[in-house]
Amino acid sequence: MRIAVLYPELLGTYGDGGNALVLQQRLKLRGMRATVTQVGLGDSIPPADLYLLGGGEDGPQRLATESLRRKGFGKTVRSGALVLAVCAGLQILGQSFAVEGDDEFEGLGLVDAVTVRGTERRVGNMAIDIDGQFLVGFENHGGQTTLSQRVQPLGAVLRGFGNDGQVDGYETEQIWATYAHGPVLALNPWFADHILSVVSGRELQPLKTVADDLYQGRLKAFGL
Amino acid sequence: MAFPIRAQIGRWSTRTVNYLSRALGRGSGTVVGGKVGLRVDPLLIQHLRPKQVLLVSGTNGKTTTTAMIAEGLGVHSTTNATGANMPEGIVAALSGARRECAVLEVDEAWMARVAEQLQPEVVVLLNLSRDQLDRANEVRQVAEKWRLTFANLPATKFVANANDPLVVYALEHANGVSWCDVPTNWTADAATCPRCNGNISFQSGSWSCRCGFAKPTSIMATLKNELTIHGRRIPLQLTLPGEFNRANAAMALTAIQVLGLDSPLVATVRISWLDSVAGRFGERELWGRKATLLLAKNPAGFSALLESLPSDPRELWIGINAEIADGRDPSWLYDVPFERLGTRVVYCFGTRRLDLAARLFYAGLEPRVVDDRDLVPSGRNKVVAVGNYTVFQEWLRESVEV
Repeated sequence: MRIAVLYPELLGTYGDGGNALVLQQRLKLRGMRATVTQVGLGDSIPPADLYLLGGGEDGPQRLATESLRRKGFGKTVRSGALVLAVCAGLQILGQSFAVEGDDEFEGLGLVDAVTVRGTERRVGNMAIDIDGQFLVGFENHGGQTTLSQRVQPLGAVLRGFGNDGQVDGYETEQIWATYAHGPVLALNPWFADHILSVVSGRELQPLKTVADDLYQGRLKAFGL
Repeated sequence: MAFPIRAQIGRWSTRTVNYLSRALGRGSGTVVGGKVGLRVDPLLIQHLRPKQVLLVSGTNGKTTTTAMIAEGLGVHSTTNATGANMPEGIVAALSGARRECAVLEVDEAWMARVAEQLQPEVVVLLNLSRDQLDRANEVRQVAEKWRLTFANLPATKFVANANDPLVVYALEHANGVSWCDVPTNWTADAATCPRCNGNISFQSGSWSCRCGFAKPTSIMATLKNELTIHGRRIPLQLTLPGEFNRANAAMALTAIQVLGLDSPLVATVRISWLDSVAGRFGERELWGRKATLLLAKNPAGFSALLESLPSDPRELWIGINAEIADGRDPSWLYDVPFERLGTRVVYCFGTRRLDLAARLFYAGLEPRVVDDRDLVPSGRNKVVAVGNYTVFQEWLRESVEV
């Protein structure tokens, strides 16, 4: 499996690199191999089975979007690539988002989602319900995202704010996106395995690790 | 020295409340009194200003650099040695015995208010990187705030890290900066230019952006066992470990030079003798074990510390909490290259020990989780115990110097 981390120097504010590591290690523990490529600003976008987009501050988010646009990342996704987009990544793939100096900065337009500046910054623990399974994490963003009717959210908000206090992120045939920032896959081993099985196209044998204890502990802390 | 009457009451309230707080065993007695003092006189910091003021700020190294400057100066100076670096702590320090000179560390986010009120002779700026982002949101907002403040301190001299683009940005409109070329291994928060949002390129010890924003010319540089200030060579061999402490010492010595108070050689010797700072680095006994306590609370600090860890002892304790003072989000653990720990035996402590254990597990280690005080590993060998802020405070309380 080829995993490409896009612009970690720009979109990696909250330990976002952890997601690639978690995916790679969980495959390795099952005797499978993944290569992880860190894609820098000067690099062209390499072919990959899964692209990861993380979170970043306003300036870097802007620069990352411009570079992805110039390098034709939109075309890469339209031709079938899978993407996990977190926080700023979620906003970048949408129609537009607000950054310092521009309330309607043009996104890549891959998903019908519009992000405006929210009334306040949302900082804190969050949890969402994805078809009966809980995803836990931490959010820290000033955006409020509205999805068009056709776009399916990733989950319903149980704790925290997500897109708008009701739902979080979105899920399309090729993209998973959430405001649960940083190493969200480290906190949610089941979600990491879900992504791995979709990307690899096979069912994975279960794995028992300390990450499960962490997940259970977080659920308990949330009262879930 | 005469203070306005309000300030006198403020000062005595601060001292009395802190004395009571300590006497009643309610705390270390620094913050609560300062709160009362500031209630009595909101301008108490300004009113208690001693003759000479030197402030130290930055994400990492504040406490150590402050201790080094105070030690190097040799004169008895007022200082907030316990690291209480917000206005209450600063008021508490200034309310103590009256001295001519104050050397104070200041929390990055409070720099504007403290500097405006104290109009310091010298400000030392070490570095700026991601830390407690749930509270500070974005590092760049701190840099912007600094920039506004420092443009309006015409009489202040600055001693600052030339290798940190965010620090350089914060001082772009300031006068009288002595730039220091000190080792800075964390530049991940300055990938884009704070001035134009372009791409900053880092090459062979220098950095620049296409817009012209670039590393300034330094007056000081560190070499292997010495440093140069204005071309003058000064030998430097520290008792404190780590390259990051050499950088702290180099900046402390430059600050002393800029203040013009002492011969750099005398100060260098004093600083080289320092063997512990606020409970860190020195040898202590914690829960029956000989331990060196270390504080690391963000990716840059943790990375620097991992690089400096001696190969022995192999037993390492790491404690992670996520209280408000620590930052409530331990995601940053994935920005720390724990992979470097290799085959060390690591025990995980703190309320977020499972977050840590998962991180270490994914780094390929076999961490052991200490769920209970009764499960603390026993042994006669020494351990290195690294905690983030509130874990470190707890370990400090629970341990004694040996």
